[in-house]
Amino acid sequence: MTLSTSKSTGFECETGNYHTFCPISCVSWLYQKIEDSFFLVIGTKTCGYFLQNAMGVMIFAEPRYAMAELEEGDISAQLNDYEELKRLCLQIKKDRQPGVIFWIGTCTTEIIKMDLEGIAPKLEAEINIPIVVARANGLDYAFTQGEDTVLAAMAHRCPDHQYQHDTKDKTINNSNELVIFGSLPENVVKQLNYELYKQGINIRGWLPSNRYSELPIIQTNDYVIGVNPFLSRTATTLMRKRKAKLISAPFPIGPDGTKAWITKICQVFNRTPIGLEDREQEIWNHLEQYTKLIRGKSAFFMGDNLLEISLARFLIRCGMIVYEVGIPYMDKRYQGAEIELLRTTCEVMKVKMPKIVEKPDNYNQLDRIRDLQPDLVITGMAHANPLEARGINTKWSVEFTFAQIHGFTNSKEILELITKPLRRNIGNTKTSSNEIYIPQN
Amino acid sequence: MKLAYWMYAGPAHIGTLRIASSFKNVHAIMHAPLGDDYFNVMKSMLERDRNFTPVTASIVDRHVLARGSQEKVINNIVKKDKEEKPELVILTPTCTSSILQEDLQNFVQRASIETESDVILADVNHYRVNELQASDRTLAQIVEFYIEKAKKHCTIDTQKTIQPSVNIIGIVSLGFHHQHDLVDLKRLFNDLDIHINLIIPEHVSVSDLALLPKAWFNFVPYREAGLLTAKFLAEEFDMPYIDVTPMGLLNIKTAICKMQDILASFQCKRDYTKYIELQTKYVSQAAWFSQSIDCQNLTGKTAIVFGDATHAAAMTKILVQEMGVNVLWSGTYCINDQDWFRNEVQHLCAQVIITDDHNLVGDMIATTEPNAIFGTQMERHIGKRLNIPCGVISSPVHIQNFPLSYKPFLGYEGTNQIADLIYNSFTLGMEDHLLDLFGGHDTIDAVTTTLSSNDLVQWSPDALKELTKIPGFVRGKVKRNTEKFAVANEYRVISLEVMYEAKEKASI
Repeated sequence: MTLSTSKSTGFECETGNYHTFCPISCVSWLYQKIEDSFFLVIGTKTCGYFLQNAMGVMIFAEPRYAMAELEEGDISAQLNDYEELKRLCLQIKKDRQPGVIFWIGTCTTEIIKMDLEGIAPKLEAEINIPIVVARANGLDYAFTQGEDTVLAAMAHRCPDHQYQHDTKDKTINNSNELVIFGSLPENVVKQLNYELYKQGINIRGWLPSNRYSELPIIQTNDYVIGVNPFLSRTATTLMRKRKAKLISAPFPIGPDGTKAWITKICQVFNRTPIGLEDREQEIWNHLEQYTKLIRGKSAFFMGDNLLEISLARFLIRCGMIVYEVGIPYMDKRYQGAEIELLRTTCEVMKVKMPKIVEKPDNYNQLDRIRDLQPDLVITGMAHANPLEARGINTKWSVEFTFAQIHGFTNSKEILELITKPLRRNIGNTKTSSNEIYIPQN
Repeated sequence: MKLAYWMYAGPAHIGTLRIASSFKNVHAIMHAPLGDDYFNVMKSMLERDRNFTPVTASIVDRHVLARGSQEKVINNIVKKDKEEKPELVILTPTCTSSILQEDLQNFVQRASIETESDVILADVNHYRVNELQASDRTLAQIVEFYIEKAKKHCTIDTQKTIQPSVNIIGIVSLGFHHQHDLVDLKRLFNDLDIHINLIIPEHVSVSDLALLPKAWFNFVPYREAGLLTAKFLAEEFDMPYIDVTPMGLLNIKTAICKMQDILASFQCKRDYTKYIELQTKYVSQAAWFSQSIDCQNLTGKTAIVFGDATHAAAMTKILVQEMGVNVLWSGTYCINDQDWFRNEVQHLCAQVIITDDHNLVGDMIATTEPNAIFGTQMERHIGKRLNIPCGVISSPVHIQNFPLSYKPFLGYEGTNQIADLIYNSFTLGMEDHLLDLFGGHDTIDAVTTTLSSNDLVQWSPDALKELTKIPGFVRGKVKRNTEKFAVANEYRVISLEVMYEAKEKASI
């Protein structure tokens, strides 16, 4: 393929009739990440039912989240929003003593125009607990974008100077300190911190931190960088409201992405990367046992969590052919460096640039899957079993958001997930002669 | 506003979708924001469905919010009509769409002009009914629609079958053990020589609904879905119906006797007495099992029951009248059906609980401390925390409640499966005695296994140690009663002395 056509490879946009999780699902990982938090989802039974079922067993472990379930009186404004929220928040304060309460706005609060942002500061002063409002609703956002809305709201709360009574003698040196945004499990945070420490980069902190009270200081002209592709609002907020400088880089997913991420940070801080090439090569060598299984095989991303571009880029580098990358929402500026890396990866691997389909239509996609017969479809749970029954290998996309996939160390994890359906087939003696498991009626 | 962590019954649209996806070739279109199609995941995961769930969303987004759905809903209905060629499209409102107050009925009328399929709007109010009520309502709505249609086209067939026949109403997708129950119901009717006319909505085509009046009577195994339909058919065609759930030997007997009466009213004399006796004595092992020496130890054991109205009522009856278990209290979250429920169980247990608040249920379990719990997945987890065994007898469901093996709750085979469930839920026989003698086989230090946090009194280390020596299954009770005694006598710290005093003075 010539350079000109690969440059012209455009983006398509379909009807938006696709399956994904509601963005309020972000509470399931954020309440675990932010240890002193409590998430109050202000919505209806529908929201509650989704969370209850999507979170599975987590729900029984006394999670630090709850529904403020709206009743008919709330919808018709017979009840006073402020008084109702105050009553519930006082109860939460009494039972759980959280360090911060997050209010998650939903479709319903949008439609009835409940002024959460207006109520929060008053109530915050009255009950003396910080209240952060995030509108993670299905009218505007998909799945992981929920985290984006929460982090964007938190970005406003990061302190801009050190408290005087803070006895720690950490001095802020703007020249080579960095704030990273994106919620990752603690050990992945440590791993990435260590990778950057080896390059002489100091991390001032992460947004979010383990505790709300430990949010990092962000000052004008500080450098910030994201670890996940779905954090465009957070990036925008940090740039526009906090006047921070965004480092635009591919995301640290896969050894190629991680190298590019670290390299870009080093460039910004005027450091020559040390031993990165070797480190990447070493990881690729370790991955060979997996890559040999998928080399030359084809993949199709139906699209539901915004990790798709980064994962597709990594899989192409592993030798796969990607037919289509469905994605709920494509921020071409925030993901610019990632798309560029995808493009160069395709050139290096001499494969066609995959079609990027924004707001896909699942019905049409299933049609295309039927025609293309890809070796692997990365999709949501609604389609996985029916596709498997039709002899098409699938991988549940949500697992990528819960598994540890960032950095050099966890590259293996991604391929563990990707190759699982293929490895299953190797040892699997087919119990029936036909691969199609659909009863005829 | 209500603070809620968990709910027993889902939102209304789930009920409608469960009905729609049970029929053959019916497609539901939800008027909903992105992410509300979680039903598809449940259907595909819990039931391990091999087919694509016939539910799509007409997405409500910012544009819809600003300008209304306009042609969007109609286009989606027409598109689905062309793609899937369903017989019926059900437009399903969600809680979001219902506050938008768009004229969905108008969309339905306009769309139906362009479609081959019939189009109806599910008539459910999100803020007034829950999943179960909505499923009942939707099923009746569809049946009414097709009966009316058949009447208009004169295709209705009210000629009764020659042989006695029955419609089974209310076998629904994602229902608790419905598929297994259906197998046993089929067997039961086969044994009774009653022909099954239609099973609805389970995998029946909507065009077959016109055949409903051919049956001699209707049978509604579960109260949660089907009663409205049965009542409609009773009014419209004078069809009698039976709403006794054949769960447990006594209920099965009642149900069969009612059938006998109905058949008699059609001049068909049948005597099922012998059949019932034979089945009860030899086919079902449950009656003999409860007589057998193994079950003697069930006497005086305590249990609580909580679930939907159908299963909780039947289970209470089985435990008390068939197994001799002492049911401390029985409850349901089907608040709309509370009169019926109360009537069924109030003579069987000391207290009847009607609530959909799991916290209240949890506290009740903690304070009454039964030997076993029969409840939903939520009660199972409460039991885990309190160290009380639990048998799951009702939805809300979990993937574990869709076993591959045959596990009916209804019919004679159902009685066997329930007897196993009950027996396995109690610690019985020698194990029980040995635990008593040797102070339990758990040596863990955790003694604070109550849900109600009561920090009014403190325990001295000595007393706490003594407490661990008390067998696990009564420990909680001793702890609580001692605390009560200490509070009553204004002791701040429970020492060994206080503990002994409590034992002597308060009957622990």
